[in-house]
Parts: sequence; C-alpha cells; structure tokens
Amino acid sequence: MPDSVDGNAPFAIRQYSADELKAALRKMYLIRKFEEGAEESYTRGLIHGTMHLSIGQEASAVGACMPLTDHDKITSTHRGHGHCVAKGADVEKMFAEFFGKETGYCRGRGGSMHIADVAKGNLGANGIVGGDIPIAVGSALAAKRLGSGAVTVCFFGDGANNEGAFHEALNMAAVWKLPVVFVCENNKYGMSTSTARSTAVKSIAERAASYSMPGLSVDGNDFSAVAEAVDTAVARARAGEGPSLVESVTYRWRGHSKSDRNRYRTKEEIAEWMDKDPIKRMAEMLLAHKILSADAVAELEAEADREIAAAIEAAKAGPDPEAGDLTRDVYTELAA
Amino acid sequence: MNMMAPTAEVEGELRELSYAEAIREALDIALGEDERVILMGEDIGVYGGAFQVTGDLVHKYGEERVIDTPISELGGAGVSVGAAMCGLKPIFEFQFSDFAALAMEQIVNQAAKVRFMLGGAVSVPLVMRFPAGSGTGAAAQHSQSLEAWLGHVPGLKVVQPSTPADAKGLLLAALDDPDPVMIFEHKLLYKMKGEVPAGRYTTPIGVAAVRREGTDLTIVATSIMVHKALAAAEELAKDGIDVEVVDLRTVRPMDRDTVLASVRKTGRLLCVYEGVKTLGVGAEVSAMVAESDAFDYLDAPIVRLGGAECPIPYNPELEKAAVPQVPDILRAARQLVKAEV
Ligand SMILES: Cc1ncc(C[n+]2csc(CCOP(=O)(O)OP(=O)(O)O)c2C)c(N)n1
Ligand SMILES: [Mg+2]
Repeated sequence: MPDSVDGNAPFAIRQYSADELKAALRKMYLIRKFEEGAEESYTRGLIHGTMHLSIGQEASAVGACMPLTDHDKITSTHRGHGHCVAKGADVEKMFAEFFGKETGYCRGRGGSMHIADVAKGNLGANGIVGGDIPIAVGSALAAKRLGSGAVTVCFFGDGANNEGAFHEALNMAAVWKLPVVFVCENNKYGMSTSTARSTAVKSIAERAASYSMPGLSVDGNDFSAVAEAVDTAVARARAGEGPSLVESVTYRWRGHSKSDRNRYRTKEEIAEWMDKDPIKRMAEMLLAHKILSADAVAELEAEADREIAAAIEAAKAGPDPEAGDLTRDVYTELAA
Repeated sequence: MNMMAPTAEVEGELRELSYAEAIREALDIALGEDERVILMGEDIGVYGGAFQVTGDLVHKYGEERVIDTPISELGGAGVSVGAAMCGLKPIFEFQFSDFAALAMEQIVNQAAKVRFMLGGAVSVPLVMRFPAGSGTGAAAQHSQSLEAWLGHVPGLKVVQPSTPADAKGLLLAALDDPDPVMIFEHKLLYKMKGEVPAGRYTTPIGVAAVRREGTDLTIVATSIMVHKALAAAEELAKDGIDVEVVDLRTVRPMDRDTVLASVRKTGRLLCVYEGVKTLGVGAEVSAMVAESDAFDYLDAPIVRLGGAECPIPYNPELEKAAVPQVPDILRAARQLVKAEV
C-alpha cells in the first residue's frame, strides 16, 4: 500500500497499484465492449449458434482474477467471455473463435461456449452446467501432487450448485485440502428458474458449511469486495489450508441466451440492477480516490471501443478451417 | 396416398401443425385426460421449454403438474423413475439430449432394469423426451445423436419420430406403454410443419413406415435423415432410379419385417442416420439384414452413411460435413445402384 493511501479506503485501493487498477478497469470495459460487439455481430449474421452474455457481471470476473498470475488456473462456464478476458485472453482470437475461424482459440471447433486460453491458465468454458467443477478440483489435485503452487479458481453459476457434481467435487476438495477457490456467480437465475425456486438455502455460501470450508457471500458488482474475498481464499489455498467458497451476487442484464423472452423477471428488476452497473461503480471508486481522472476514464473506454472494432475486423479476415481436417484432434496424433 | 400421414387408422380432422406444436398437443391431451400425468424438466414452465415445446401448458395445468426442476438431471430423472414406480406417469424433458449423460445412472441402471430385477413386481411407465441432433451451431456438447446409446439397453424402448403426426402419435403411444420409452426429437424438426390429425391417436411403437415406395434401392433412414432421403429420392427419380424410403421410427424394438421386406424387393440397402456411424443404428439394421434370408437378395454390398467419427464442430461448414447431407446420399445411392456383388 502506498503511504498516501487512506487506511479506510476499500481493499482494492489499499492493495493494488494505480497501474493495476487501471488495467482492471480496462478489462471491465473490454469485456463489456466485447460482448456488445459479439451481440452486434450476431445480429448481422456473422455468428452461428447462440451465446450467453455476462454484461452486468464484469466486476465479478475481473475481481476474482485479481489475485491470480498466469501460472494459476481458472475453469469457466457457458457465460465465460468475462472470465476469459479477465484471465488475459486476446480479444481478436476470441472473436476469431466466434466466427468459426482456424485462427480462433479453438480453431473454430468450439465457438462461444468452449473458448479456452490454456497458455494463460484458462482451462476453458464449459457447455455442461457444473461440468467444470470436478475438473477444477482435478486441476488442484495435480497442482498439489506436482507441487506447482498453482491455485485454481472455479467459476460456476447459481444453477450449477444444484448439480450432483458440485456437491461431490466440493467434498473431495475439502477432504483432500486442495488449492481451489469455488466462485459461484449468483445472478439470481439459472435460465428462467430463480434461486428461490431451485435452491434450498438462502445464500449459496451457506453450502460451504456442509463441506467444512469457509463460505462468504459478497456484492458481486463491487470489484473491491470480490477481489478481497477471492484474495483471502487464494491466500488460504496457497498456504495449503484448502478450498473456500465465495458467492458473488450479481445480475445479468441480457437474457439467458439469444432465445430468451424474459418472461420470468420484470423490466423493473432489470432496470434496478442496471443502476448498479459494476463498471460505473469501479470508475467512480477510482475517481473518488484520485487514481484516474474523468478524462482518463473516458479515454480507457474509447480505447476499448477501438480495440474491439479492430479485433472484429482482423478476426473476420482469418482463414476458415479446412474441410479435410474434420476429424483432427479427436485423438492425439502419435509420431510415426 | 399421403405417405407422411400416420399409418394407424386415424379419424381426426387433419390440420397443419409444427412438430413442436404436435408434441405440445399430445402433452395437452395427456395432462387433460389423466391426473397422474406430470411433466418435469428444466425451464418447461413460464419459459415454455428451451425449444418452446411445453409453451403455455404451465398456465393451463399449474406448477404442480408442469414442474420446473432445478438443474439436476441425475436427481430429476431419478425422481421421475420413482414417481413412475409409485403411481404417477411422468413425462421428463431433457433440455438437450446431451444431458442424458448426466442421468445415465437412473436411465440405464434404474429405469431400464428395475422391473426385471424385481421379477416383474413393478413397472416404470415413464416417458423421456430428448431434443437431439446438430445443425444449430451449438457445438460438441449440445448437438449429439445418442439414440444408439439407449437403444443398446434392454428394458428401454427408443423412438425417433420424423414427422409432426408421428411426434404426437408416438408420444401418446409412449404414454400408454407400461415401460420406459425414450423419444429422440430432432431440434431442426421442431419448426417443420405437417398434417396432424386432431384428437387422440397413437402411432405404434416398433413399426417402421414406408415413406416412398420404390424398386431399385432401399434407404432405411431415421429422424431428419428421412427428409434428406426423400429429397434425394426425388433427385434420383429424375435419373430413373426408383428409391424406397423406410422411416425406421423405432430404434428399439426394431421393425425387422418392414426392413427385410423392402430389401427383398429392391436388393440394395443404404442406411442413413445422424448418430456416429460406428456402432450406430445403421450397424444394427445392416446386421439384421445380413443375418436374414434377405441377405440372399442383395445385389450389392450394404452401405451406411452416418455421423463422422468426431464430436460435432462449431464452424458451420465443418458442422454440415459431420453429418450426412443430400449430396452424400445421392453419391452413395448412385454408386450402389451401379455396384454388383
Ligand atoms: C447439465 C446441463 N443442464 C442444463 C444445461 C442448459 N443450461 C445452460 S446454462 C443454464 C442455466 C445455468 O444457470 P447458472 O448456473 O445460474 O448460470 P448462468 O446462466 O446464470 O450464468 C442451463 C439450464 C446445460 N448446459 N447443462
Ligand atoms: Mg445464474
């Protein structure tokens, strides 16, 4: 913490340098603009299939990745663009994947729902709700056995906490004291089903008690609160003390996917959450603590706009996969 | 003769309905006629189902009978098995057939076996619906055709309706069946329209339909491939090749008589199915012919066209290349007609 920082300032202000905070805000803008760009590309018919946007949840993704290095791992979900950018992905390669290009992160084989950036420690988005939770535990088991020191942050939604995989995986992680942090992004709905209708506990963090691990619920639209909770959990994991569960309470502004008619929630509820815009809150915090000027914030946003526009153009120009390569990578090709 | 009409004696007035509407009509009839019927699945209530099959049924029958489950496929499927054993008639919707993988324990180890294991003391009158197939750009975990997995399990019946009329009739037949019936619905068919009789009727399980009569070549196809086979048959007719198209409709138990009779007539067999070719539905059809007297009628080796030996890719061109298309059927059919044993 620099000397000039007020001891009562939020965790993020005390913990991170101005450059780190600026980079975090830049990533939040990049996620927002990436998804707006993806949405527009979809409308223009450039994207095949569907997509799940995380607009409104940017503080959760970026805050949770703050304590991580490139050496640490994350596992992600169908709503994973934010996690991917937060872990340092290149937006041009993400767009290339969206456009089904050979130059995309998955060579055009995976699309929006499977984007991964293994080099940066992102083991991938998952199309199966809860599918990534045991995988994260496996990643942590490998880190422990191999002594790599890596921590795995496992992202999943409120809906996923009702899959058997969640319960089995948390139990093993606790019994084996593995270096994994479970980050449940509770955006109040699994598709159309509210947590009130699907989940027996009031707060998903309560479920940590069943597996004797710390459980903490935080305001997922507050960058600093998310970063602080995950920082504590990552420190515990690095110290060999085992897993934690962090519930990050947030909201998705858009429908579940492209085919959602929003019949299960009200316009008022959506508007109420749009007022809690996590990016605006982050920018206001940085302004209040004189980390950035209003002009500098506006410039960050404009830069993100330019970066996304350039990424879309460059990604579109990439080559399509070769038809003859249809079955490549089903198995590992062994050298003759 | 309208080859797409249901084969059972059906009285109801014919209307144009989509495949999804026809299924909804069957669900509506089922809920309306029998209090024991319940629907279970993810987002089948106010959302109307991921493919809008259940639609507004929750408003008509209430949340006690049109039940949104949490995202818990294994548990939800198991609850439907237990409820079926104890007096209810559940119709369980998987949001995508791929998620059957999460529920295989309850489907394969429980639903399929409990009657047998208990020496016939119980039955499991359960219907499960599986939106299946590729073509939507949803990639490897949301595009599979897994009917052969379930078709491998004694105790289950597995059907694949290809028309709106059959989607309704097979669902009602499944409901009347005392044993678990698995219905694979192709997602690209949901919007397809066809004539559907009004009122209650059933399409028999285990009976294939001859959709087009011909003398030169038999194509045995399932689900959406029936439509591709019919389109190919029209093309081939222009070259003087007269194709018979058999819509298998039921994967288990398979309609041996209809398939063998067709092969005896034409002397040539092409199987077309979307599931992965190896160990798929066409392998069983081929073996059935090879093991029978119909084998002696073959004038050329049997040919199978199935899904490529890979997961379904995202890129739209690769996705198309991963499953049989009309030009593939044309090519295979032309070669087959030229070939001699
Ligand atoms: C095993 C499985 N079941 C169902 C689905 C369909 N599905 C995709 S996302 C989703 C909702 C997930 O809710 P949640 O975990 O809260 O994540 P969110 O979408 O809210 O980010 C559902 C039902 C799926 N992909 N996988
Ligand atoms: Mg959710």
